[in-house]
Amino acid sequence: MHQLQPNPSTSSGQAPSTSPEQAEAQASAATAKRGRAIVLTSGKGGVGKTTTAANLGTALARRGASVVLIDADVGLRNLDIVLGLESRVQHHLLDVLEERASIDDALVADKHSEKLFLLAAAQSREKDEVETAKMQALVSRLCERFDYVLIDSPAGIELGFKNAVAGADEAIVICTPEVAAVRDVDRVVGLLGNRFKPQLIINRLRPHLVRRGKMLSVDDVNGILRLPLLGVIADEPEIIVTTNRGEPLALQTHTATGAAYHAIAARVAGEDVPAPMPAAAKPSFAERLSAFFGGKRR
Amino acid sequence: MIEFLKRLFGQPGSSATAKERLRLVLMTDHLELAPEMIEKMKRDLVDVISRFVEVDRDRIDVTFERQDATLAMLANIPILSVNRPNGNGTHKPPEQPAPLPEASAPAAAGPSAAPPSAKAGSDKPPVRKRRRRKKSQRAAPAPAT
Repeated sequence: MHQLQPNPSTSSGQAPSTSPEQAEAQASAATAKRGRAIVLTSGKGGVGKTTTAANLGTALARRGASVVLIDADVGLRNLDIVLGLESRVQHHLLDVLEERASIDDALVADKHSEKLFLLAAAQSREKDEVETAKMQALVSRLCERFDYVLIDSPAGIELGFKNAVAGADEAIVICTPEVAAVRDVDRVVGLLGNRFKPQLIINRLRPHLVRRGKMLSVDDVNGILRLPLLGVIADEPEIIVTTNRGEPLALQTHTATGAAYHAIAARVAGEDVPAPMPAAAKPSFAERLSAFFGGKRR
Repeated sequence: MIEFLKRLFGQPGSSATAKERLRLVLMTDHLELAPEMIEKMKRDLVDVISRFVEVDRDRIDVTFERQDATLAMLANIPILSVNRPNGNGTHKPPEQPAPLPEASAPAAAGPSAAPPSAKAGSDKPPVRKRRRRKKSQRAAPAPAT
């Protein structure tokens, strides 16, 4: 259990740990490496890693940062679809790692955000064909050119995960309010250890179910995981619609969920803004009253 | 209004069940993940017991068992002798038990056949102490209605 405890300086609450991040930014500047390599992972599949990667990348790029998204899910290329770039992919990650294509040939410029680029996964290859050392070298080369290198990890904790994590300095873990997802995140955080300073995004929360006591709440989930919380994303039909179209929801800053991605991006960038919460997650008057009368319902 | 009253007095939602299941499953996971922690706990446990009785350190068996809503720790600690040389309760932990009887005794013989060590032979017949300790207490009983 002890190994799962994050750094004491960051575990105490939800507050963003801006100072360690800034310290690291300075440290990386000193070593001629300007970008931050962040892996997005979860253990469990289907919790929204790829959607989150696309939206966070979009939101960071909209803030003016240069961002490259690496789809590390070799064999199951998906990030290109979510970004609507599937027809533009010419070369993939393994082409670069095996030096059949240069980084510039393989990077796909995003349709919507000027400073966003994708390095797609190979579709017809296996995860174990990636060499960990080469992956590390690639990520550190990309860090020289980009402000953010976001690595979309495959599900699982096997070699694909290890390769995705290998080059990263930091981790963002994505968790849905389900027993299995929380358990897997707990395991992944244990595997990552303190070095990656894992931060949490809770995805697919349904506030009305939480209110009726039919879904784990943010406090339930993070009462167990105890990670610095970047934000909470509601389970919105808009996310499905935008994914269908290949246009990340973060492009629509007027929507609540789009704005939530931007708030998360601001927090990742070290800004001291509150972690976004789906509006309806706050207790209604009836619930506060019910809590007052003995708090039977949880 | 009826909806409100239902909410106020209704049964706890399934999230409470999920939370409880999650708590338990993680406790089990963490125990599996931290064998060194169990080893340390075992050592500390034996150190405490050794202040009062002489135990067979090589044959201690600690397991964890799931019982409904709780996790129980079961410790099997063979006692070699009740032996307190200094009355102040600070018994020096016994040195390595003689390896010969250990090797000759079949492992399956179990509790009744705890091998008497050289020292213990003259004293009392070996007894076996079984400790059962609740690792966790359920936070609160689920409300019935």
